Amino acid sequence: MTMPFYAPPEQVMKDRAEYAQKGIARGRSLVACLYEGGVLLVAQNPSKTLHKISEIYDRIAFAGVGKYNEYDQLRVAGVRHADTKGFAYSREDVDARSLANLYAQYLGNVFTHEMKPLEVEILVAELGGGARPTQLFHVAYEGTITDEDRFAVLGGDAESILETFTGLYVDGWTLGEAIAATTKALAGPDRTLGADQLECAILSDGPSRRTFRRLDDDELSELLAD
Amino acid sequence: MGLPIFDAASDPGPSFTSLLQASGLDALPGGDLAGTVPHATTVVALRYADGVVMAGDRRATAGHTIAHRSMEKVFPADRFSAVAIAGSAGMAMEMVRLFQVQLEHYEKVEGVTLSLEGKANQLAQMVRSHLPLAMQGFVVIPLFCGYDLTRKTGRIFGYDATGGHYEESDFQTNGSGGPDARTTIKLGYRDGLSRDDALELAVLALYEAADADSGTGGPDIIRGIYPIVSTVTAEGYVQLESNEVADRFSAVIERRRELTGDAGGSLR
Repeated sequence: MTMPFYAPPEQVMKDRAEYAQKGIARGRSLVACLYEGGVLLVAQNPSKTLHKISEIYDRIAFAGVGKYNEYDQLRVAGVRHADTKGFAYSREDVDARSLANLYAQYLGNVFTHEMKPLEVEILVAELGGGARPTQLFHVAYEGTITDEDRFAVLGGDAESILETFTGLYVDGWTLGEAIAATTKALAGPDRTLGADQLECAILSDGPSRRTFRRLDDDELSELLAD
Repeated sequence: MGLPIFDAASDPGPSFTSLLQASGLDALPGGDLAGTVPHATTVVALRYADGVVMAGDRRATAGHTIAHRSMEKVFPADRFSAVAIAGSAGMAMEMVRLFQVQLEHYEKVEGVTLSLEGKANQLAQMVRSHLPLAMQGFVVIPLFCGYDLTRKTGRIFGYDATGGHYEESDFQTNGSGGPDARTTIKLGYRDGLSRDDALELAVLALYEAADADSGTGGPDIIRGIYPIVSTVTAEGYVQLESNEVADRFSAVIERRRELTGDAGGSLR
């Protein structure tokens, strides 16, 4: 009879974390931040159809980096959770915190119990209103959850982008200023990013109950030109 | 409530009703005893140059009693479509709520909106799944209309209790006051009506329905409750301000008063 090889749990976890980090590092990054009118989410994404940023509910947006099929599955699960909860209870009972917790539990479970961890990092953003503040929940591949109240950076170059962006961030800036700064931070020192390289969306109060809106290339180019 | 993750074989796709079934939540549940349920009443939809007008009265009745004076029977289904209901009120409301969530759910999961035809079919499936309750007396019959962004025109769909749905070329009405409203529209309708004329015709149709049908509420001047009137055009769903509706009813009432109640022979 063959004996299964023994691997210490520390080693297993370390290997899995390395594997996930490598997968995430291959993808491009994403920045989310607050501005005077709500929440801005900007990702480096040349595709116009395979989105990194999407709508979950009236005041909640989802953003993912890493492996597309994996975070897209999480996005759909989020929409399903939110719509079911809103239908069973009331629309105002749907909140980002509970959804982010579910994501964290799921990612944590997959990380410890499955062969392969999910190679994703996700963000759940909620536009404040009533008694709730605007919040950004950042969930890592192993289920670590952090809440940010100003900005969050996800993806491979997160550290260097975060460093640049922290220096640029100003409380209560305009949408144009926020887009310029996020684009600059995503591009790094050696290059510039045009509207066709970016995916951009906002959560902002307007006439509609649904606050999520994508900014198209024209609108984005105009904002970048200012 | 856990995170709803399904394996490939049991994935409900973008259908919200299948998702509810998979989650063990029963949509469109059964309700009260027959006969004590308030029945909703006259709703109309007609096409005009820019899209569709949809309007509905506000009265709900239980037997011979007025159960509610300010019920809404016309709702936005999504940005470019509207749904109006007649029948068993509680279940009709639930069907509208489910339909609204279904359209938004599909849009979010798939990243694109359903075609107008697709929306009409979805609603038909909901009416059909309601058939067992309809046979027990809880009939719900919707009227659906919207602006077709690909054909650039307003479209109207009528339904029957079995989920059969039929596209109407110009106008359709529903509810106990429906026949009176339909005749009024039929006599005043012509192709390519202006917004103003279409609104006037819709208001007149509701007035005539309320005049002849006890289950349909007319303009309630004392309480300031007026029928809901909405338009769906390329700009989306817009519900008219109560003031504008009130003005239009006042005009009809003023003309009738001058003629001591007669329509006047020129459809006014």
